Amino acid sequence: MTAPQQPNSFRTGPDERGHFGIYGGRFVAETLMPLILELEKAYGEAKADPAFKREMDGHLTHYVGRPSPLYFAERMTKHLRGIAAARGGNGGAKIYFKREDLNHTGAHKVNNVLGQIMLATRMGKPRIIAETGAGMHGVATATMCAKFGLECVVYMGSVDVARQQPNVLRMKALGAKVVPVESGSKTLKDAMNEALRDWVTNVANTFYCIGTVAGPHPYPMMVRDFQCVIGNETREQMHALEGRLPNSLIACIGGGSNAMGLFYPFLDDKDVEIYGVEAAGHGLNTGMHAASVAGGKPGVLHGNRTYLLMTEDGQINEAHSISAGLDYPGIGPEHAWLNDLGRVTFLSATDEEALAAFQLCCKLEGIIPALEPAHALARVIEIAPKKPKDHLMVLNLSGRGDKDLASVAEHLGGKM
Amino acid sequence: MSSTRIDNRFADLKRQGRAGLVTFLTAGDPDIDTSFAILKALPDAGADVIEIGMPFTDPMADGPAIQASSQRALKGGQDMKKTLAMIRNFRAADHATPIVLMGYYNPIYIYGVDKFLADAKTAGVDGLIVVDLPPEEDDELCLPALKSGLNFIRLATPTTDDKRLPAVLANTSGFVYYVSVTGITGMTTPDTRAVNASVTRIKRHTKLPVAVGFGVKTAEQARAIAQCADGVVVGSALIDALQATLDTNGKAGASSVGAVTRLVANLAAGVRGARRGAR
Repeated sequence: MTAPQQPNSFRTGPDERGHFGIYGGRFVAETLMPLILELEKAYGEAKADPAFKREMDGHLTHYVGRPSPLYFAERMTKHLRGIAAARGGNGGAKIYFKREDLNHTGAHKVNNVLGQIMLATRMGKPRIIAETGAGMHGVATATMCAKFGLECVVYMGSVDVARQQPNVLRMKALGAKVVPVESGSKTLKDAMNEALRDWVTNVANTFYCIGTVAGPHPYPMMVRDFQCVIGNETREQMHALEGRLPNSLIACIGGGSNAMGLFYPFLDDKDVEIYGVEAAGHGLNTGMHAASVAGGKPGVLHGNRTYLLMTEDGQINEAHSISAGLDYPGIGPEHAWLNDLGRVTFLSATDEEALAAFQLCCKLEGIIPALEPAHALARVIEIAPKKPKDHLMVLNLSGRGDKDLASVAEHLGGKM
Repeated sequence: MSSTRIDNRFADLKRQGRAGLVTFLTAGDPDIDTSFAILKALPDAGADVIEIGMPFTDPMADGPAIQASSQRALKGGQDMKKTLAMIRNFRAADHATPIVLMGYYNPIYIYGVDKFLADAKTAGVDGLIVVDLPPEEDDELCLPALKSGLNFIRLATPTTDDKRLPAVLANTSGFVYYVSVTGITGMTTPDTRAVNASVTRIKRHTKLPVAVGFGVKTAEQARAIAQCADGVVVGSALIDALQATLDTNGKAGASSVGAVTRLVANLAAGVRGARRGAR
């Protein structure tokens, strides 16, 4: 394959048909097409309306609790410099955590949900549906529906219902109806199928609140825009703290919304290294993983063309990850494009590596991270010691890990 | 484009003054032999046009019956090559009954669009229905399919308003498939009065035949719809009839083929007994 031509800017996508290079698009049933066009129009109008932005900023400040801190992880930094020294080096990057775990509802998901729920209200749609994997998007959606007085139905694979009980209880407490999905692999991809089936059935009154930078256009663009608050704040905060840009950014990637939100504002800062970390599950060579870039190829699912895990016959494979939030056989189309252009470097971390990083973060920083960003932290632990001391590295700590304690304990066999 | 078996069949039905029965089966459900036996028996049972589902792991527009049917077929090892081979075998004995392949884009995209179109044409496929390719993505498959002489049949739905209909119909050929309800396959029963109005509305925009489906289960419903539409599509009800004959492991039995053909004969009688309304 010839490398795609490098664009003048990495921040111009998508085109008017929703394409990022060959990725993205609008691969949906005809019933949904008019709704997607209506959504695109409504979003365009909202985006141009200063009142919409003003209201959103108000909620972000007073309800979500933004800005989230950009925190210098001092003991983690010291620990990794110790590793560098033990290897005879003199380096070790300075590690910052972007604390999305401190948002109301405990993850970055709320940034996007707020935007979409405000849009649904603007469009006069009283009923909200969502899919969820780890449950963080479901909790954020249930929360915003409670705040804005809307009906909320969340589709969740029955496997995820079992491993993320605390979030199921949170959604129920917030007044949402949680529907366990029994079809297919009973995880995130099947929850998305079921949400699409609901949407196609209840077109008149229902708004589909997608949780990541995937799906048909305009979702990948819209979700990215709502999540960009992460990167925009990081830029300002780093300037205030260090007087310059960070040297590298790193985030975990399932669908990739926390990553896109952090990366996007820096895409045209050519000197900023950008790393996305996929879930390698039991290992990339085992077939039991969720790394669509490392182990997949371009295909079409859930409304967009992107990297997907599949068989030679084009059947979608089940993904495997200890982290329910990364357990999806695809990735946002803009990430696929950025991978092909070489602007973002894709890495992966196994279940075991994520568990080790999870424990290290708890003990060194007093922060219980979600298993999702623990995957990115696993690669920080590897990369940071090789970088010089003046290298500023930002990890998107995209969510808190309280929800994961039961599954972590189970995997560690009580050795926590 | 020269006329296809689909064009000829609908022209013939028009001469007979009746609507056609369009039946659906999933290739390889529950196994390749049973599926082929059903396919061979459909024309004599009364099917005028046959839709063959290409199984997919994630059939987002389908209800539980077709979801389960796809999974049975995939579990039995069905793939695109086997589906095309089955049609080739059918064509060796039947040169007239139109065959429409129906499914989702990814298995076609991965097979390779050009290779798929060439192999489908050679196998004796006449048309394609690809659920997740709206007119906005016509460059992908629709235009190449038309170029290679296959009909590209588009779905029109209750959400396709008069403003959008011309775009939907622009590159449609063979027939228009009107989805009578908003929703997934096989769930809600269509309201025949509303269907009548919609068919009339679509016919204002096109000379193509209009077939109506999604939720048609009984001979009575088929008869009612056949009074206004040029074709009646039945899918989930036939899958349900097949499923009812399978053992607990999903294996076909001696009654499997007969259960499907009996229902097809019944539906065909309904369609043929329809009094064509004032047109």
